[in-house]
Amino acid sequence: MVDVSSLRLCIYQFFGGSEISPSPPTPTTTTGNNAHMIYIFNRNGVCLLYREWNRPLHTLNPQQDHKLMFGLLFSLKSLAAKMDPTSADKGNLGVPQLPGQGCSFHSFRTNTYELSFMETPSGIKFILVTNPRTSDLRETLKYIYNLYVEYVARNPLYTPGTPIR
Amino acid sequence: MAAIYSLYIINKSGGLIFYKDYGSKGRMDTNDSLRVASLWHSMHAISQQLSPINGCSGIELLEADAFDLHCFQSLTGTKFFVVCETGTQHMEALLKVIYELYMDYVLKNPFYEMEMPIRCELFDINLTQAIQKDRVALLGR
Repeated sequence: MVDVSSLRLCIYQFFGGSEISPSPPTPTTTTGNNAHMIYIFNRNGVCLLYREWNRPLHTLNPQQDHKLMFGLLFSLKSLAAKMDPTSADKGNLGVPQLPGQGCSFHSFRTNTYELSFMETPSGIKFILVTNPRTSDLRETLKYIYNLYVEYVARNPLYTPGTPIR
Repeated sequence: MAAIYSLYIINKSGGLIFYKDYGSKGRMDTNDSLRVASLWHSMHAISQQLSPINGCSGIELLEADAFDLHCFQSLTGTKFFVVCETGTQHMEALLKVIYELYMDYVLKNPFYEMEMPIRCELFDINLTQAIQKDRVALLGR
């Protein structure tokens, strides 16, 4: 069992200690944490990492939750590629897209949370769920991707496609 | 130079009842617009389930590389969403204006059947006027 505690420590330090965007304290969070959850998926939908810091509401069990999240993102990516006004020829809905191909969304916002998304050329997807007042988190996701590359991808004892420990 | 590419109105069950595109960039053929509308309806519902906090009312803004999608859901479940250029301002206000037009010219029309495609001339006319006014205001800025 590979212990990649250094990756976890970096993420905890990054989110636990820093103020990404100063926001007035909301009634639901007492600690003032900025991020709710993080997910990392690989190309096949395997959830490589899931951490939650502040999640008062759980609607589904973890397996279903991961599958639903992956499915939502896959469909939203397909929708964004279809609705893209700049490309001349759009594939049909449901045609799998290569990671770099076509227009992809990078975030969406609801009244209770904001979800930021980044996909790398190798198909690894980074998802961050934060409070709705967050500004553009693409740089943050790139930073996390760099951490992933350093501590996970370059770890000789890590098997790609398995959950990060 | 249009800031808005297209406008969709979806009924409670996810069926497309109104679709209008502005310019060639937003254009989509009928079948595709129906599929996109249903897909959006489902995604909106799923996003509510994945919320870490109680009381989520679905996606309000989707930001992509080439466009933004603003969505407004009324209390009855009718969704209005507009696909526009990235960074377009005041889309929420525009959606509320469109909602008011919908109420006045569609819902109060005695010949309009609920949840059916909208075929109300006055709604079209006033909608075009509202979008034009908005466009002029945007260009003038």
